[in-house]
Amino acid sequence: MNNTLLILKNEYLKRVKKKSFIILTLLVPFLFAGMFALIIFLSLNNDKKERTIAVFDESTLFLGEFGEEEYTKYHFIPKEEYQDLKTNLKNTDFYALLYIPGNIYSNNTAQLISEKQLPIELGEQIERKLSRFIENDKRQKVIAESGIPDLEERLASTSTRVQLNTLKISDSGETQKSSSTIAFIASYAMGFIIYFFVFMYGAMVMRSVMEEKKSRIIEVIISSVKPSQLMAGKIIGTALVGLTQVAIWIVLGVVVLIGVQAFFTPESAQEMGQSLMETQSQMNPAMAQAADQNKVMEVMEMIGNLNLPLILFSFVFYFLAGYLLYSSLLGAVGAAVDNDEDSQQMVLPVTFPLILSIMLLFPIARNPEGPVAFWASIIPFTAPVAMLARVPYGIPTWELLLSMFLLILTTVGAIAAAAKIYRVGLLMYGKKVNIKELIKWLRYKN
Amino acid sequence: MELFEAKNVDKVFAATQALTDVSISVKEQSIFGLLGPNGAGKTTLIRIINQITAPDRGEVFLNGQKLTRADISKIGYLPEERGLYKKMKIGEQAIYLAQLKGLSKQEATRNLKQWFEKFEIMAWWNKKVEELSKGMQQKVQFITTVVHKPKLLIFDEPFSGFDPINTNLIKQEILQLRNDGATVIFSTHNMGSVEELCDDIALINKSVKIEDGPTDKIREKYKSNIYEIKYRGDYNNVNHSLGQQYKIIGHSEMEKENHLTIQYLNGNSNNDLLQALMPVSEILSFEEVIPSMNDVFIKAVEESNKK
Repeated sequence: MNNTLLILKNEYLKRVKKKSFIILTLLVPFLFAGMFALIIFLSLNNDKKERTIAVFDESTLFLGEFGEEEYTKYHFIPKEEYQDLKTNLKNTDFYALLYIPGNIYSNNTAQLISEKQLPIELGEQIERKLSRFIENDKRQKVIAESGIPDLEERLASTSTRVQLNTLKISDSGETQKSSSTIAFIASYAMGFIIYFFVFMYGAMVMRSVMEEKKSRIIEVIISSVKPSQLMAGKIIGTALVGLTQVAIWIVLGVVVLIGVQAFFTPESAQEMGQSLMETQSQMNPAMAQAADQNKVMEVMEMIGNLNLPLILFSFVFYFLAGYLLYSSLLGAVGAAVDNDEDSQQMVLPVTFPLILSIMLLFPIARNPEGPVAFWASIIPFTAPVAMLARVPYGIPTWELLLSMFLLILTTVGAIAAAAKIYRVGLLMYGKKVNIKELIKWLRYKN
Repeated sequence: MELFEAKNVDKVFAATQALTDVSISVKEQSIFGLLGPNGAGKTTLIRIINQITAPDRGEVFLNGQKLTRADISKIGYLPEERGLYKKMKIGEQAIYLAQLKGLSKQEATRNLKQWFEKFEIMAWWNKKVEELSKGMQQKVQFITTVVHKPKLLIFDEPFSGFDPINTNLIKQEILQLRNDGATVIFSTHNMGSVEELCDDIALINKSVKIEDGPTDKIREKYKSNIYEIKYRGDYNNVNHSLGQQYKIIGHSEMEKENHLTIQYLNGNSNNDLLQALMPVSEILSFEEVIPSMNDVFIKAVEESNKK
């Protein structure tokens, strides 16, 4: 059997058979599922605690007007009791004490007193209640003074919300519905996936090289195979480990998804949807309107209108090129150092562009045409993450081609340089390596 | 017939001259000792033979043909700094290493099992390396070096880490491999084992080969007129009778006989010595001391350093 293939197989099986790999791979989807289940569970059981809030209304405007909510009741109390409660809240059944001062109309402040940290939501609820009441009251007065009987209706009819439908003109002149939000999510997600995998599996290659060097098996191995074969086997083998992991996650993800759907009956799903809707409409009444439209269909249409083949192609290309570039560099680092501290020192300069590109992801996704986005996606070391973040928005062909060309060129160069450092470094022990030393190694012949 | 030859090999690392015009030739089915102080260039030469590095100048031949990548499977190499994958099982690992040398999986398994049984270590097959002691690991490494039946075997300090019993076992195995047709290049600082095993040697010092040839001839060459005499008689009389013509290197008095080691100083003959001794003692035996490899090594290296 071909040696590269043998090494590849060995690297692959060694990792895939590891307990930690199996456990992690199986656990991650369940962790995510569990996390989502927990969030859903918590949001369903959100704030079901019965609370009674004592209200001292100095202004006397609100007496009896407060009503009550599902889990929050309001109990109005006279001044004497307020004084009493203020110092002795702990020993009563009241959850909190609301003080509405007499001059609330003019200075718009009230106090909510409690001895524990109050949920933000509760405060907002009361704020809304008070504001709406006072606003209504003021409006009624204005209407009454104006003498226009249907002013309220007329004012209400002026409320306007413009919905912006973004359309994109394709090369053939057709207009398509596009969504910046969807493109944003897509670009962010893809940039992050690439970052995550390049980093994780690149580091795996590095550790594998270091292990061989540290255990001193390396000299036996390279007396049997060429260092370049060893490196190729390692890099490809590790990539396959990554792909295996992703494949398992996809399968498990589908299984878990089906499981979750079965677990949450349609009723509970409906309930959940409703409660989500409620919170949404509470936060922004205008959004509720939009939610009425057949959003799902629209989203599907907009996803369909992204240039999916191009995105998929770019994703695969930048994923592979990015992984090759960084894993070969990290492999060289692993060969150059012979202890963990040194490796950490060397890893940072190598992976810095990758970290930079993930930090630039947000500005790029916000403004995919800007100079930051342009340069980050052209410079090969940041291109895998940066360019992918731009692709969903549509990108001039020449920029894409230039970026790919430069990336290929750099990757080939990096592999050649890494192979050289690798070969020299593998049998070099006890030497403190730095960049200067590495450059010297590059000049060695054979 | 030479199995292996290196001709005029030069190798420079940055500012260090590792090998200067080194030529060696190793006869088929012989054991060849590659000797020299630390840092002399032995490991570099061995790495060139294994094609881990390439020479700057000069050529290496196996069986009269220029060494190529395809010859890798004909060579077995046990490096001085050696290790195994700590987390892999012994059997699995040995099969992998044998496969890298070109054996099929079945062949590798079959050969390995034979060796494991021979060394009585079958019980380790499914253990991980980290569970084994250093000596045990060395045994596994020895097996993985020879399992693909290479024509040329290279051992760099093969006995380090072994107790005397296992050292002896490995020595016997090396001799057996040689008798079965393998050719061995053997690098060590253990001069006793060189005397025992090596048919020929080459001595490298500071990148230059300073001595080579059959082991006994080289030892012969470094003889320096030193003789050991066993006699009965009084040491003082003997000493007096020898006078200034001989340098006494050592003497010891036993119950039944005395030992004396002397060096001829002024081109004396053996008969001169006997004539001087006979009147004052009874000579039991008399022989010239052939220097140990240890002495040869030290003398040759010191002389070359003086130049």
